[in-house]
Amino acid sequence: MIPLNYYLALSAILFSIGVVGVLARRNAIIVFMSIELMLNSVNLTLVAFSAYLGNATGQMFVFFVLTVAAAEAAVGLAIIIALFRNKMTVNIDEINIMKW
Amino acid sequence: MLQQILDSVKIFQPEITLVIVLCAAILIDLIVKNKPQFIASIVMAGLFVAGYFVIQQSGVAVSIFSNMFVVDSFSVFFKVIILLTAIFVVMFSMQSKELNNGKRKLGEYYAFVISMTLGMLLMTGASNLLMMYLSIELTSLSSYILAGYKKETPDSSEASLKYIIYGAVSSGMLLYGISILYGLTGSLNIYDVNQVIQQGGVSLLALIAANLLMIVGFGFKISAVPFHFWTPDVYEGAPITITAFLSVASKAAGFALMIRYFFVGYYDPLASAINGYFTTIGGFDWHIIIAILSVATMTIGNFTAVWQNNLKRLLAYSSIAHAGYMMMGVVVLNNEGISAIMIYFATYLFMNLGAFYIVMLIADKIGSEDIDSYKGLGYKAPFMAVVFAIFLISLTGLPPTAGFIGKLYLFAALINSGWIWLAIVGVLNSVVSLYYYVRIFRNMFLRDIDIEHEPIKFSPSHFIVALLLVIPTLVLGLYFGPLVDFAQASVGILGIK
Repeated sequence: MIPLNYYLALSAILFSIGVVGVLARRNAIIVFMSIELMLNSVNLTLVAFSAYLGNATGQMFVFFVLTVAAAEAAVGLAIIIALFRNKMTVNIDEINIMKW
Repeated sequence: MLQQILDSVKIFQPEITLVIVLCAAILIDLIVKNKPQFIASIVMAGLFVAGYFVIQQSGVAVSIFSNMFVVDSFSVFFKVIILLTAIFVVMFSMQSKELNNGKRKLGEYYAFVISMTLGMLLMTGASNLLMMYLSIELTSLSSYILAGYKKETPDSSEASLKYIIYGAVSSGMLLYGISILYGLTGSLNIYDVNQVIQQGGVSLLALIAANLLMIVGFGFKISAVPFHFWTPDVYEGAPITITAFLSVASKAAGFALMIRYFFVGYYDPLASAINGYFTTIGGFDWHIIIAILSVATMTIGNFTAVWQNNLKRLLAYSSIAHAGYMMMGVVVLNNEGISAIMIYFATYLFMNLGAFYIVMLIADKIGSEDIDSYKGLGYKAPFMAVVFAIFLISLTGLPPTAGFIGKLYLFAALINSGWIWLAIVGVLNSVVSLYYYVRIFRNMFLRDIDIEHEPIKFSPSHFIVALLLVIPTLVLGLYFGPLVDFAQASVGILGIK
């Protein structure tokens, strides 16, 4: 059996990749993909802990996270479309009417 | 099991009412097209009914739906604050020209206001980490859409995109914190989490890491520095009604959630009984983190507000600063602090909603939120300018207004429990805040005095709403006994003595 630490390390790495993606990428859609990566790495942690503890709560939580992530993606893409209609771009650097 | 669910449903009436109103608003919008005022009045009636049920619950202290949700006097107080704010926001929305421009469909707007209110009511009572996450998401998802409701204007859709990116990242952080906490304790219920931590054997380092991640999520909701970057942009871009809603109700719900999580989760009953005051578990002094954040929030909020020229943006930074003041009440870890936060919220509700209301009215008339366009307003619209001045005095915290009472109890709680330095930082910050509030003052009354002014006309309903907000602001500053009694009677969080 693969030890718990391996799963935790993998999900921590995935989470960090997600955070870096949000900070570094300039395309709004890729930023959203990075956020999905963050949420899915959390799911991995939850499932790993759930299997390790022999407790189903964590796996149940994963279903809720998946559902909310889908809702968030739906709202997020709708907002990106609304913005694209106004500005004809999804580049985060050009979305800068309001500063400081 | 069935019996338990049936018993729980009886105590869940306010939320059920809101769910019914939510469905009704969507259905009526489909059947009766383009009757926004009709839907608004139904939504308003629904909010009043929910408020009635909430008041019926005062004095109840139970945990329902298998310990998912708690109804206690603490949550009842915050629910009253949230519902009152929602009622005012619906009133504002009915009058806002920005929203009622004839082209926009407002049925969904009111439906989302209700779903946001529902999410916030759930936040006040959530006692399970899953429930906390879901209620935060329900609130956030509705508010992302509402922030971008003027979708044809670039600033509104920009605000909404910034909001959802910050919101999704911070809820991801919150979720990661929850997953670590689940791994450490094997449970999602905060009462069970507390039990497990009491038994010992939980790694302190991992606990701190989990809580730092969770503070990111909570800090986003209450717009604490350094998680505040979304606040000015969203407040500026969103419709003013939604800005007002976010600045009061969403913050109140965030505070209720954070206080419940930390107070229940890290309460040490044995040591607290011995010491006679709230003691945190196992050397995890989370209130130090909150104290540091509170100082940063007040200072950055106030100092950045000084050079703002857009009034919505200025009020956004001022609301960040106010979140900082309220966080001081969490730091003192006792009932006095919690009741001070409650009193502060009750006063903040009227003065902050009032300030946003006047900004909305003036923006509808003169089409600008710029501080320079307020020059000579005291002569164009004397009544509204004086009312605005009262709200600003109250936000600064000067007597005889409600804001003074809020600050007085907060600082008294700090000094009584020995946090003198924090109280001094708070007072110094209030002095800084005087500067930028007075700038608006000066523009309204002392600039452009000599030239002829075209008076701005308001309808009677505008005066009524303004009076509904300004009278409590003044009355609570002089006759605050009942409010203080109500707040002090409402500090009971289920499970904490």
